[in-house]
Amino acid sequence: MTQPLLEVEDLNVWFDLPNGGQLHAVQGVSFAVPTGARLGMVGESGCGKTTTILALMGLLPPTASVSGRVLFDGVDVLEGGEETVAPYRWKDISMIFQGAMNAFDPVKRIGEQIVEPMELHGSASGREAAARVRELLETVGIPPERAKSYPHELSGGMRQRAAIAMALACSPRVLLADEPTTALDVMVQAQILELLMYLSNELGLALVFVTHDLPIVAQTCTHAAVMYAGKIVEQGPIDDLYHGARHPYTRLLWAATPDLESRDDVVSIPGVPPRLDVELRGCPFAARCDMTAERCTVERPELQVVGDGHVSACHFATTLEVVA
Amino acid sequence: MSAAAVNGGPLLEVEDLVVRYRVPRGLSGAILRRPERFVHAVSAVSLAVRRGEMVALVGESGCGKTTTAQAILRLVQADSGSVRFDDTEVTTLPSDELRRLRRRMQIIYQDPYESLDPRFRVSETVSEPLVIHGVGSRAERRHAVAHALERVGLAPAELFVDRFPHELSGGQRQRVAIAASLVLEPDLLVADEPVSMLDVSVRAGILAILDGLRDRGLAVLMITHDLSTAARFADRICVMYLGRIVEEGPAREVIESPRHPYTQALLSVVPRRDPRRRVEPQILRGETPNPIDVPSGCRFHPRCPLFASGEAARLGIEERCRSDDLALHDVAPEHRAACHAL
Amino acid sequence: MSPVQPGVSTPDEAPETRSLAVRALASPVLRNKSALVALGVLGFFVFLAIAGPLLIDGDPKAKVGDVFEPPSREFPLGTDGGGASMVAMLIAGARVSLLIGFCAAAISALIGGTVGILSGFFGGKTDTALMRITDYFLVIPDVPLMIVIAALFGRSTWNIIVIIGIIYWTFTARLLRAQTKSVRERVYVQRARALGATNSRLVVRHVLPQVTPLLIANTVLLIAYAIFAETFITFLGLGDPSTISWGRLIQNAFIDDAIINNAWWAIIPPGLCVMFVVLACTIIGQSIEDALNPRLRTGHLSVRRFRVLPRAAQPEQPGS
Repeated sequence: MTQPLLEVEDLNVWFDLPNGGQLHAVQGVSFAVPTGARLGMVGESGCGKTTTILALMGLLPPTASVSGRVLFDGVDVLEGGEETVAPYRWKDISMIFQGAMNAFDPVKRIGEQIVEPMELHGSASGREAAARVRELLETVGIPPERAKSYPHELSGGMRQRAAIAMALACSPRVLLADEPTTALDVMVQAQILELLMYLSNELGLALVFVTHDLPIVAQTCTHAAVMYAGKIVEQGPIDDLYHGARHPYTRLLWAATPDLESRDDVVSIPGVPPRLDVELRGCPFAARCDMTAERCTVERPELQVVGDGHVSACHFATTLEVVA
Repeated sequence: MSAAAVNGGPLLEVEDLVVRYRVPRGLSGAILRRPERFVHAVSAVSLAVRRGEMVALVGESGCGKTTTAQAILRLVQADSGSVRFDDTEVTTLPSDELRRLRRRMQIIYQDPYESLDPRFRVSETVSEPLVIHGVGSRAERRHAVAHALERVGLAPAELFVDRFPHELSGGQRQRVAIAASLVLEPDLLVADEPVSMLDVSVRAGILAILDGLRDRGLAVLMITHDLSTAARFADRICVMYLGRIVEEGPAREVIESPRHPYTQALLSVVPRRDPRRRVEPQILRGETPNPIDVPSGCRFHPRCPLFASGEAARLGIEERCRSDDLALHDVAPEHRAACHAL
Repeated sequence: MSPVQPGVSTPDEAPETRSLAVRALASPVLRNKSALVALGVLGFFVFLAIAGPLLIDGDPKAKVGDVFEPPSREFPLGTDGGGASMVAMLIAGARVSLLIGFCAAAISALIGGTVGILSGFFGGKTDTALMRITDYFLVIPDVPLMIVIAALFGRSTWNIIVIIGIIYWTFTARLLRAQTKSVRERVYVQRARALGATNSRLVVRHVLPQVTPLLIANTVLLIAYAIFAETFITFLGLGDPSTISWGRLIQNAFIDDAIINNAWWAIIPPGLCVMFVVLACTIIGQSIEDALNPRLRTGHLSVRRFRVLPRAAQPEQPGS
């Protein structure tokens, strides 16, 4: 079996808190992303999904401590901290940030900003870089002559495309996207998703898609990981996750999402996620789960295999009725 | 017993509402006598909401749905058109009468983190409407606040009355905002994207509150860009594009049998929950033009799939699409759309 | 449509409920070491001012020694050109200088705050008119204006306070106007207006609590300005001849030719006192302003270096 392009093993991230404690934001997260795969990472705000992908790029603040391995082509890029991860950043693995369309320097032209990473990494310069910029703009669907435009001259959707172009500047093999379509209208969202699918299907780009919007993941991703309180509680092929969810949280998330064509009741999940600055006993979801048993409050469930490439961290994972 | 209830007519009736803003020409523009330009935020919008009905006003950003809501509540002055609330014309009402009418029309905003004064306790926020309008004694107000909090699921009320907003989650804050709007027992509630900034796990709870209000006779006008939510909760849907309503009808019908090309395209790109449910997306090219340079004729024609595919030519309507900005017409019982092809 | 369960919302664990205003003002000052020192210095001088009469016996201007005696055990800071103890004069001067400073700052804050809030809240013609007035005051050179007013209305302490007060309110007005404009656009203010709240209610209940911390921070800075202004007004000879202030002490020193007499103790100490108080007020005022404006923080611009825990040192996984 070929080695996955990106492999994350037991990633943990702690943040120092001002009052002295630590916030355990990411707890033992593991997943693999083969070339050309599209992995969705879903969960509510505060579940750790954004911190996870920031850790993959080493974009954590000085208050953060990490442990675990991030293997790119088999090489642990996290081992030496900033030193080992910096060479990969933007060259092999790149990112579109939340609100990327607003992260442009307002006084520099778009073209200049896309060239910047190329020059910083020494992958192209001068005429070569300019040609590459035009190529990238065409790939993302922006007329190449717009390279001379300033960010405020472009619409929100076009700025998001420009952000994608900037992320692709050094031809990365993995693209991390943090809520790339959240602030966009549904039609522009469709355009951006179409672009990302094209990049994945035609250019073989591996995609890690962080979002809270489940239907987007259902329609664009091949696999998904559901995160809760810093942990992955269920992971597998997207079809299995919808038609054969093996974790109550996953099931409830789907049920909480209205569908255009469904007449089902929409549910809400009572309560709030647990605090991450104290150690938890038992399952982190126990307080809000609709199937909590005695065991759930004392024993923490580990991820267990429930299908082909499908794991779930629930004591009742294998006995849960499969709702088709 | 209000006049509308006796007639059985709609509580809120909007007809040909127009809101436009003048774009400043500047000194050079005035000297050179450049033609004045306007932001055509709302162009001849008509809609109606009955008691016990939830109408969803849907559309993408810039379509004018929020401005429409603001004009209905007279938070923004309409340039022409009529807004009749319980048979009273709102647009021309003198300010003291408007103040009294405002008690019966309330608004809930999108951002739960900004709609509560951070220095007010929950009890102060929820009782503020009563204080402003001089309703009830202190004891009566306390009672009304507790009742409103319980209606929105913040029970027991004693646990919440003394809290500050920063001690509450987003969902709880939005519930407080709803409680504050219910305390005057309004007849119409305008909810501007009430759940778009909340986690999906808490949305249903908030929407259920709004849903339940309809059963008590409240009329709800919900502004949203989320068609799935509109499909599930609204009785009627009005689809807006560039300041006009392009289609409106019973929610289920608009979703299942959309007649206007824009509605059809919009619905085709909304992601479905089921990974196996693949819909051929009709992705429109480009973006919505800005409301200053509104296309001539049917505002949608430059992006209309009927134009691109040649269907409009085949039907012989191209010229009309380019020159004739038409109004809504019936396409089915209670279902109207504004398209030359229908 | 079948009704869906509203779902009861459970309260979160309650963090402390101390009033936001207290937290906003107190904690930044208390956490900042230099602000704490500044607070101590200011407190020291305020104590001197208040306890003044208890610390000095009799009239501080009385001749108790020879003219320009150098510092000694009897007179720790020597005597001035009239033979009075410098220490006694400084303490007496503290009283007047701080009083003038605080009062003038209060007047400035009152005028500037009112103008700024009204201007920012109402906008339109009110804003234009008030800002025009503000601009006129900004343009007038302060020192000549002070000279003219002193000449016209006489040189009393009260006049000095008024003069300083009416010169320095413009900066406060602009600051408060900007802040008020921003608060006015906040959703909860719009909501209250949509409910039918009167303007006075909106200003008093919603705008004022939000802008007051900034006003306080600015007033503290104004105190620094005012004290310094008093010093140079008096030095220019426009001060009240019957009162002792630090400015007067410096002026006296010059009139009495302290420099020629090498009597540094007559000039430098009053100057230092002014400097310390002004510095203290500036530091305190700025620390409050910094805390109120998170955008001034630059910590996030530092080079990011997160820590990678070596395998052996990884903390124990929380047990199941």
